[in-house]
Amino acid sequence: MEITLTVNGTEHTVQVEPRTLLVHVIRETLSMTGTHIGCDTSSCGACTILVNGRSAKSCTLLAVQANGAEIITVEGLATTEGLHPIQEGFHLNHALHCGFCTPGVMLRAVELLEKNPNPTEEEIRWGISGNLCRCTGYNNIVKAIQWASAKMQNKELPSTEPEFV
Amino acid sequence: MIAENFVYSAPTSLSEAISLLHEYGDDAKILAGGHSLIPMMKLRFAAPTHLIDLKDIPGLSYVREEDGYLKIGAMTREVEMEDAAVVREKYHIFGDATKLIADPQVRNFGTIGGNLAHGDAANDHPAVMIALGAEVEIASQDGKRIVPIDDFFYGFYTTAVQHGEVLTEIRLPAANGRYGTAYHKAERKAGDYATAGVAVMVQLDEQGQCLRAGIGLTNVNPLPMRASRSEAVLVGSQLTAEVIEQAAQMASEDCNPSADLRGDEDYKRHLVKVITKRMLHQAISRAKK
Ligand SMILES: Cc1cc2nc3c(=O)[nH]c(=O)nc-3n(C[C@H](O)[C@H](O)[C@H](O)COP(=O)(O)OP(=O)(O)OC[C@H]3O[C@@H](n4cnc5c(N)ncnc54)[C@H](O)[C@@H]3O)c2cc1C
Ligand code: FES
Ligand code: FES
Repeated sequence: MEITLTVNGTEHTVQVEPRTLLVHVIRETLSMTGTHIGCDTSSCGACTILVNGRSAKSCTLLAVQANGAEIITVEGLATTEGLHPIQEGFHLNHALHCGFCTPGVMLRAVELLEKNPNPTEEEIRWGISGNLCRCTGYNNIVKAIQWASAKMQNKELPSTEPEFV
Repeated sequence: MIAENFVYSAPTSLSEAISLLHEYGDDAKILAGGHSLIPMMKLRFAAPTHLIDLKDIPGLSYVREEDGYLKIGAMTREVEMEDAAVVREKYHIFGDATKLIADPQVRNFGTIGGNLAHGDAANDHPAVMIALGAEVEIASQDGKRIVPIDDFFYGFYTTAVQHGEVLTEIRLPAANGRYGTAYHKAERKAGDYATAGVAVMVQLDEQGQCLRAGIGLTNVNPLPMRASRSEAVLVGSQLTAEVIEQAAQMASEDCNPSADLRGDEDYKRHLVKVITKRMLHQAISRAKK
């Protein structure tokens, strides 16, 4: 089948089998490998992207379901002006170690902050409950999201000094 | 993992979807959010020859009070349920339940209709709808019929939705008077299916006597289950601590959990008792507010 996807602002018309998963079109057909496959069973969130603004596990969507959709992947976060605040937040707060989960967590966080610009720590933790990180631990990820929240609202930025506990 | 191949269509009207179901025969399946069906197809537990996607059919996604009912369109996504003002204000049980269903990404796609039509006692909405006394509207070539929720679940992955039919709406008696609802499930980790879950609805009169009660149980019985004996001791009572204790005890006796990785039978019965008690207290305190 022929489908059209707008990925990070660029329209792509591609041929897919109905059974092709969206994540495979993004990674293999469009060669954007920032979207990762961790579990392939909708559990880990590494494949999270935005589909019409909604965070989605692209290993559990058929590409045909996204026909006509606007898609944002990690490659679409930075602009010519620089990094997206969420990327800056991850960078400054040491919120990644191996980085495998990072694209998915960041895109999930983008939707979270869009809907709830000033989330509590608890709301952040529930908000990223579909994303597993196996090496950083979640504390710095939460700090990174809090930092991005402050930055996006032009508020005073929280300290990025590491906490030793 | 890749599913077996199939033919995909995305009709733009309900009648077109129903005629496609007829044209394609028994191995055609409806696709809603796909968050139960696609994982099963990837594992090749399901291999439909045709998928008929409902996403482009207008008018299947809504949450509104009308004619004494809360009406929920089958294609309403979990996230839309969570965010609906009327739900936040009056039907707290959906806030309780949706927060515990999977995770935000899954809730962005999974639908209320699909959650019921999947026919899985591990899903959370079946017990919720049992507690709330819901009815399900099913459309076919012959028009629409209404099935009470107690007659809806037939067996593992089978429901009253027959071949050639589409679940179109879920409706439940609107919140009325001193009405309170609550849901909780024990889960091993955020987003897991229930080890055991309990949904409760109560309606009280001015003196605090129980006029109506509904209790539905998740994942402790082959089918989503109504705790009928428990409901019967509640209705007409003053909902004292003793009555609540008795209702909770009965629910734990009447369910039929099976031992699995989530726990053994005794543990699950114990959970049913504890959660029933807590949810009754929660629903009653919400009803009194
Ligand atoms: C990681 C993960 C965790 C999950 N955890 C939970 C959980 O904790 N609790 C929970 O309740 N659920 C859970 N789910 C399931 C999720 O809520 C599903 O989205 C839901 O059960 C099915 O809804 P759907 O819209 O995705 O249906 P689909 O997957 O599209 O369809 C499911 C079945 O119903 C049929 N169907 C769907 N809509 C209709 C209709 N309108 N008329 C007739 N037939 C129809 C389909 O043909 C299919 O057989 C989880 C899913 C995942 C991937
Ligand atoms: S790869 Fe999609 S959720 Fe893990
Ligand atoms: S940074 Fe390694 S899995 Fe999260």
